Amino acid sequence: MVSPQTMRAVRESGAVPNASLLLEISNARKEFPGVVALDDVSLKLRRGTVHALMGENGAGKSTLMKIIAGIYTPDSGEVKLRGVNIQLKSPLDALENGIAMIHQELNLMPYMSVAENIWIRREPLTRLGFVDHGELNRRTAALFAKLNIDIDPEVQVSTLSVASRQMVEIAKAVSYESDVLIMDEPTSALTETEVAHLFSIIRDLRSQGKGIIYITHKMNELFEIADEFSVFRDGRYIGTHASTDVTRDDIIRMMVGREITQMFPKEEVPIGDVVLSVKDLALKGVFSDISFDVRAGEILGIAGLVGSGRSNVAETIFGVSPATSGTIAINGKPVTIGSPTVAIQHGMAFITEDRKETGCLLALDIQENMQLAVLQDGYTRFGFVTQGELSRTCEEMSQKLRVKTPSLDERVENLSGGNQQKVLIGRWLLTNPKILILDEPTRGIDVGAKAEIHKLVSQLARQGVAVIMISSELPEVLGMSDRIMVMHHGRATGFLDRAEADQVKIMDLAAR
Amino acid sequence: MTTSSETLAAPRARRRKLPTELSILLVLAGIALTFELLGWIFIGQSFLMNQQRLTIMILQVSVVGIIAVGVTQVIITGGIDLSSGSVVGMTAMIAASFAQSADWARPVYPALVGLPVVIPLVIGLAIGTLAGIINGSLISYTKIPPFIATLGMMVSARGVAKWYTKGQPVSGLTPDFTFIGMGIWPVVIFLGVALIFHIALRYTRYGKFTYAIGANPQAARVSGINIEKHLIKVYAIAGMLAGLAGLVTAARAQTAQAGMGVMYELDAIAAAVIGGTSLAGGQGRITGTVIGTIILGTMTSGFTFLRVDAYYQEIIKGMIIVAAVVTDQYRQRKRKKV
Repeated sequence: MVSPQTMRAVRESGAVPNASLLLEISNARKEFPGVVALDDVSLKLRRGTVHALMGENGAGKSTLMKIIAGIYTPDSGEVKLRGVNIQLKSPLDALENGIAMIHQELNLMPYMSVAENIWIRREPLTRLGFVDHGELNRRTAALFAKLNIDIDPEVQVSTLSVASRQMVEIAKAVSYESDVLIMDEPTSALTETEVAHLFSIIRDLRSQGKGIIYITHKMNELFEIADEFSVFRDGRYIGTHASTDVTRDDIIRMMVGREITQMFPKEEVPIGDVVLSVKDLALKGVFSDISFDVRAGEILGIAGLVGSGRSNVAETIFGVSPATSGTIAINGKPVTIGSPTVAIQHGMAFITEDRKETGCLLALDIQENMQLAVLQDGYTRFGFVTQGELSRTCEEMSQKLRVKTPSLDERVENLSGGNQQKVLIGRWLLTNPKILILDEPTRGIDVGAKAEIHKLVSQLARQGVAVIMISSELPEVLGMSDRIMVMHHGRATGFLDRAEADQVKIMDLAAR
Repeated sequence: MTTSSETLAAPRARRRKLPTELSILLVLAGIALTFELLGWIFIGQSFLMNQQRLTIMILQVSVVGIIAVGVTQVIITGGIDLSSGSVVGMTAMIAASFAQSADWARPVYPALVGLPVVIPLVIGLAIGTLAGIINGSLISYTKIPPFIATLGMMVSARGVAKWYTKGQPVSGLTPDFTFIGMGIWPVVIFLGVALIFHIALRYTRYGKFTYAIGANPQAARVSGINIEKHLIKVYAIAGMLAGLAGLVTAARAQTAQAGMGVMYELDAIAAAVIGGTSLAGGQGRITGTVIGTIILGTMTSGFTFLRVDAYYQEIIKGMIIVAAVVTDQYRQRKRKKV
């Protein structure tokens, strides 16, 4: 194994063997507490090609990309850069070895100029040790000329559009003389003309012999720009093909092709009256024209890619970001839901997508986390919280949900993802909800806990709770839902009944 | 009532958190014993075996302690209150102007002398509360950082204190008013409010929500807590306690001056932080703050007792505050890893 420093020295000496394989990853494995994110994954990136990574959300693309960019270190497996074994220890390490990543969330400093952003840490200096702004701007202009980018180097990044910022990011990556460029859904915020410009830049880079790893969910881009693609599923490598050899259906099959197991114990329960009725709901600039009914005992699944507006719909129904138009009716009565407090009063519960950001009070204990929502109205006498009673209730709930912990005094921070999720579910079940919204209820948790949560959701439906379940995992949506709404770009592209729905149909509606 | 013991039954969390308090208590004991030892070596007398010294020690920090009880709650929500020292000055001046006795030569309001004591007390608390409500509203509705909102209040409230009498002190206060600053009363008031808010934080919905907002405001919001309203409440309480501190300060000094309470906000923050309240929010207890306040008092009193130069006192005090927080951070990190 060669240290990154040596590798860098060799590279600078110009003695690097001009290997046709820029990057080769074999048998990489990466585990996080409770989940195997990558298992036995391999990837070969050829010089002068665009290599697309495909897969559902959670298939392991991001983890693999982060390994290549030096953000994660694999637990096992090897990484060969230009034919030499290497172990990258940090993103800087990767950058200095010619691997640059263009992040989905752009990492530019908004209040500095374009040129300052590109050459940060490498600013040309005058003889007196001050930053040579003239030279800085000249270098940037030269770089932009080479890439056909038309942006003023002196302008502040905060004034640029998303597309222009992306160009700056790419220029920055190129300025490091990188051979390997990683692009994570670079077109997600671009217009068609901007995409065309981006593609022409990518083609230029390709003809200069660079290797580009291109992550996307969009089929048409795959055929337009990629030479090869690799498919991942559930953290495993499925296969690599030339993009000219396959059809759209082949790829979808590779992405989703797995049997639905007994993991989703959906029970047939009598479906009651309409509990929640949403009509023409819209949140300006995010989603629009969303209409659906959910009945007592029914589970409505919402499928769609990340960014399709699924979570926003849930947040709007729950009053986190109130609707700009449209109506919501509960049990036939129109209601205005301006805040989560109101939603809770109407018997709603919302288990959010991001456990850590909007769910858990990480520094507090299980008890304090679980009792939060029910404290809104209840469990107080003469102004004092009836802690004894409340503790017993939480204890019972925790046993019912089988939260694995020595006691409720445990900090939530120290629990596994599955147990954290159970605590959050417990928080809401204590409020006896009539409408339960679950956003990615089983993301990042182990198989056992997953099955328990599925069972629980089925039980709740049997008790007459109207359930909305958002999930990126197609088998989960298919296994649990009575009906599925598929979203794309802030709109509902279709509804599928349990009987007719399958993975191909969903992917077709979600990724048109 | 048979349920009352159950109502107030301590949550089991208490067992686990006791060591935190214990460690602060040990720090206090350590500091006290160091002074005791140094006392015998250098002065030839006991530091602790002197009831008068201990009484004065607590008296001196009672006002800061009253403020610290409010500031602790603000810090638990993840905020900060820099305005309390200035609010002390402002309320002292305004309340005192309604507490002047009839026989005083130059009252602020000649027509309003010899009023019943309840009037200046209510005015003082109301002005403090109002300052707090302004702080809280600015933070909740304009979304400016608490640091800036309360910094503005700190400057403006001090300005009001000076403008009110154009810098003149307000004296000739009625005996009924100065009574609350007499003898052991400031200590009683300090420990009284500490007890009240200890109970409020531990056993009421107000307290539970305060911790929840500090631990994760977004989660608290999704759980149905009206964060804006709650924050205003917390800052209002902190303002009210600063107002109370202003009343006690004026009563104790038997006069009010515009410069009263300068830097008290920093002592109060220090007391809370030494007492284990996390500036990151979500964690902290009034009992810790009380101990932290007493630690500050012990240091001042001990240095004076050892006849350490006042300049050195400040230098060392600063270092001890920083050391306390560094130790706490270290302890936090260790606990996280478990």
